[in-house]
Amino acid sequence: MPDDIRYGLNRHVSLPGPLPLDGGGRLSPVEIGYETYGTLNADKSNAILICHALTGDQHVASIHPSTGKPGWWTRMIGPGLPVDPARHFIVCANVLGSCMGSSGPAAIDPACLMAYGMRFPVITIRDMVRAQALLLDHLGVERLHAVVGGSMGGMQALSWPATFPDRVDAVLAIASTARHSAQNIAFHEVGRQAIMADPKWRGGDYYADADPPSAGLAVARMAAHITYLSEAGLTEKFGRKLQGRDAKTFGFDADFQVESYLRHQGISFTDRFDANSYLYITRAMDYFDLAEEHNGHLANAFKPSHARFCLISFDTDWLYPTAESRAIVHALNAAGAPVSFVELKSPFGHDAFLLEAPEMNRIADGFLRAGENR
Amino acid sequence: MSLRPDLAIIAGHVAQGSRVLDVGCGDGALMAALRDGKGVDARGLEIDPDNVSRAVARGLSVIQGNADTDLADYPDGSFDYAILSQTLQTTMRPDLILDQLLRIGRHAFVSFPNFAHWRVRLSLLWGGRMPVTRLLPVAWYETLNIHHVTIDDFRALLKTRGITVEGAWFLNGDRETSAAAANFRAEHAVFLLRR
Repeated sequence: MPDDIRYGLNRHVSLPGPLPLDGGGRLSPVEIGYETYGTLNADKSNAILICHALTGDQHVASIHPSTGKPGWWTRMIGPGLPVDPARHFIVCANVLGSCMGSSGPAAIDPACLMAYGMRFPVITIRDMVRAQALLLDHLGVERLHAVVGGSMGGMQALSWPATFPDRVDAVLAIASTARHSAQNIAFHEVGRQAIMADPKWRGGDYYADADPPSAGLAVARMAAHITYLSEAGLTEKFGRKLQGRDAKTFGFDADFQVESYLRHQGISFTDRFDANSYLYITRAMDYFDLAEEHNGHLANAFKPSHARFCLISFDTDWLYPTAESRAIVHALNAAGAPVSFVELKSPFGHDAFLLEAPEMNRIADGFLRAGENR
Repeated sequence: MSLRPDLAIIAGHVAQGSRVLDVGCGDGALMAALRDGKGVDARGLEIDPDNVSRAVARGLSVIQGNADTDLADYPDGSFDYAILSQTLQTTMRPDLILDQLLRIGRHAFVSFPNFAHWRVRLSLLWGGRMPVTRLLPVAWYETLNIHHVTIDDFRALLKTRGITVEGAWFLNGDRETSAAAANFRAEHAVFLLRR
């Protein structure tokens, strides 16, 4: 297996598909950027799929090629951690619609040999999951020991047993939801309008002259970033402190530290992310309603599955608050599924799942090991 | 690891391979014993997040929640046994909890400290103060026990609700004691109930 070019860091595969999409139409070929860690064991029972969030990517525990930063979930995945390459075969793939090697608006449309732009089909969370399943077929993984994700990654994790009931044994969804609320959609719409209002967006056809709508994308990121933090967290970190000055300037410079911070978050985001991908992925999240896909009853989504479930929420997360996780727990109980749930305390809001959280790790570790000792 | 005496009685009378909901499961000690010793499919509900973490870390399926509000989420007859150990007296409406237990489970185990035990009676009679005893170790203002109950009170409630007693066990410390004058002599009671 070490010599198998399918496995390792910075992998890319072009699968013929075609992949039928929820919105109609078929995608072919299906390009997927991905990474694997660890070794698939002889009975192929140790595979864990990690699903990333809106702006995440496949570099879950490796150095990011464009930012040079460590992987985005090195607190969960690594030696001695709950998801451990010494025990697990770990797969993380860039989602459909994204811009890190998987098919998306920035990829080349084979029909016209130009970037798709807005001709890329609108995709759903379930389409992302189906693309992941194609990748697992390619990797020789029939069944997942677990699927793990936070935020949008949690949506994929929840969609897995509903879409492929016989292919997943355990689902760990953190700081997530089974549907996007009106408030969630509203914030995303602000971001999309910011991108589309940027004159450089040009209907999405900005790839040829490499002059993307960075200002619009930066504003989208700034608005979204606020939803990832808690009010208390912002107050503690910034309060009303001024940025590198002793007094207000009576102008519109970034007087406040929080302004400076958000501007930096917005600008640095544009170096690594494609504006059209942001439109497509936020759309997929807004369309996500797992109950709607199953005759309006969330419990129906889970009934065919025999998976174990674990849900974790954070008390200061107002993007996907605890009530959303509780609604999922309710449905899982109604479906008779084995489910664990805990609301953890954290001052950090939605982002807590990416930060140091020993309690989260302890729960994840116990939950994953419970399926390994049988 | 040895179980608390009331839990040991419950564990001894749960049928092999049954489905169990442990309401107020703590850190999952009973659930783990039932899973490991009797192949039981055990699920838990627990209010304290640290306890939930400990239970989930043992590989158990436990939900953080409140018996007073969250039992309504469970479908009718979804378990063979619903277990409520040393939790009844901490709930807002013990009578409604009993109804829920027997709606969710075909049988219910309920254990509670007996407020009519002679030590408690003496403490109140002679001291004139709310009793602080081995089983009720916390002062009145900080105790979680908001609905103190005696064995006779409990039997009376069962009668008015038409609930059948399938078994009853009484404890003094670690030892079982006879049913005779249990309301006076037992510190602790365990009931097995059905509709």
